[in-house]
Amino acid sequence: MKNFNYTITDSEGIHARPAGELVKAAKEFNSKITLTKDGKSGDCKKIFGIMALAVKCGDEVTITIEGDDEDAAFEKISEFMKDNM
Amino acid sequence: MERYTGKSVFGGVAIGKLFLYEKDEHQVKRVKTEDNDAEKQRYYKAVETAMEELQKLHDKALKEVGEANAAIFEIHQMMLEDDDYKESVEHIIDSQMVNAEYAIAQTGDNFAQMFSAMDDEYMRGRAADVKDITERLLSVLSGDSQSGINSDEPVIMVADDLAPSETVQMDKSKILSFVTVKGSVNSHTAILARTMGIPALIGSDIKLDKSINGRQGIVDGTNGCIYIDPDEETLERMKKEMRKEQEKKELLQTLKGKEDVTLDGKKIKLYANIGNIRDLANVINNDAAGIGLFRSEFIYLERDTFPTEEEQFAIYRTVAESMAGKQVIIRTLDIGADKQCDYFGLDKEDNPAMGLRAIRICLTRPEIFKTQLRALYRASAFGNISIMYPMITGVKEVDRIKEIEIEVKAELDSQGIEYGNPQTGIMIETPAAVIVSRELAKKVDFFSIGTNDLTQYTLAIDRQNTKLDDFYDPHHPAILAMIKMVADSAHAEGIWVGICGELGGDLNLTKEFLKMGIDELSVSAGKILSVRKVIRETNICEL
Repeated sequence: MKNFNYTITDSEGIHARPAGELVKAAKEFNSKITLTKDGKSGDCKKIFGIMALAVKCGDEVTITIEGDDEDAAFEKISEFMKDNM
Repeated sequence: MERYTGKSVFGGVAIGKLFLYEKDEHQVKRVKTEDNDAEKQRYYKAVETAMEELQKLHDKALKEVGEANAAIFEIHQMMLEDDDYKESVEHIIDSQMVNAEYAIAQTGDNFAQMFSAMDDEYMRGRAADVKDITERLLSVLSGDSQSGINSDEPVIMVADDLAPSETVQMDKSKILSFVTVKGSVNSHTAILARTMGIPALIGSDIKLDKSINGRQGIVDGTNGCIYIDPDEETLERMKKEMRKEQEKKELLQTLKGKEDVTLDGKKIKLYANIGNIRDLANVINNDAAGIGLFRSEFIYLERDTFPTEEEQFAIYRTVAESMAGKQVIIRTLDIGADKQCDYFGLDKEDNPAMGLRAIRICLTRPEIFKTQLRALYRASAFGNISIMYPMITGVKEVDRIKEIEIEVKAELDSQGIEYGNPQTGIMIETPAAVIVSRELAKKVDFFSIGTNDLTQYTLAIDRQNTKLDDFYDPHHPAILAMIKMVADSAHAEGIWVGICGELGGDLNLTKEFLKMGIDELSVSAGKILSVRKVIRETNICEL
């Protein structure tokens, strides 16, 4: 299992469009990828689950990745967050 | 006549028949079933069809309103495929042994409620997206298509609220304006109205009654009101307003993206004047080729203490980057006279127009000047910035400025801070500068004639004194002769010359200026296209 913390810098937070992009990125992997904010978690492959967390700019989130391709997923998702969120 | 109001999301006037758009919300019945697998198959099939529909809508929206606005349909596709949504529908069908319609409607309600309950306005707005995909599935299952506009002529569309899929499906040539009771400034309707450039009101208090169908309406997007059955006077007033808007729009259509070049091939720099970073959008919308006068004093006037180098740098850099390589001429601080700033601690003067102002303050208090110059030099590494100095009367001032420029660059060098190589120019706005313009031209890269001050100093008329209006003649032959003299001096020394005062946008003089050989005109953003029109119709050789 791998995880990392990330503080959202996009002024709009994770609104619909970036949430959609995140889902797209997460679906490329077999691993279970979870986003946690303030103890509440959402599956990164489900757009409603991510949007329901209402992540705003400045919020710190934790991404947890578990599965057979977790190394590749870790690289891609952390890269994605930096570029888009 | 009835009058209602609303929040305007796009200006302009629309006159036409009103059309009340009503959704045919699907009345869903709960029906027991024996064959839950068949119901699930119906659901999967509906999702498939809906996905295809959304793909088509996405492609249509891409062409009509651009990628950013079309993205919503991709999001809708993801929502349709969302596992939680799917599991909820399947679970309801299986556990309650009910029809697909009921399971979908129930799931849609639950998810929409989840969004409605969130404390973030943007997320609350997403409940509409959930309802939209749910309605879409129900439409597919019931086999009816979503309703459109059943009118032959273009209409003012009145609705409770409009979903993105509804607005995209509508025949745009049939829509003059949108008026909705719900909706936010960021709603898709608002975005679409702005992209289409049509007047639109949201949050309106208009009554949603079928009786408005077919009646005449006027949407005044500029003032945020809608009239039903307007009286003669209102109609005339609005028609006049609309014609003005129409002319502006046509000009924009035909002249946007066109070069500022005369019939005989002389290229003119047609730039915009701005007084604030907020004006940038207007500059870009009106297609200015650059910024000819950025009045930096707003940075000083809108606050209670001196702006720091970093604050100024950030602003100059933003402007330079936003203009993406186009020239941006920033005029250094022009404070004093009619523009006062308490924290400068300037003494009260009997004759401030002729007092300690603009470059005179900068040369008296070089620490203020240097802070601004450092910010300007640093920002010039990020775009095409030029620096312009106001209120010059002679060569001595320019020499003193050059010394300070050298000091500033040496300091930046010693600190290893990067900077660009900006052009530097001066404003010609005193009669003295006109007379010695040939000498000044040897020292700088360009001239920009500030006609407002030049006129006040030449005619000895206080601009602020309205009693003198009868004596104030902006077309005075002395002024025109001076402009000609400055242009000749500039060209004799091989530099370019522009006009950034009020006269620059005076369409009665544009041809005259072109004949004098003026190379640049800097005008308010709203005037760019009308000046462009005159430039493109002028043949300098024939003048």
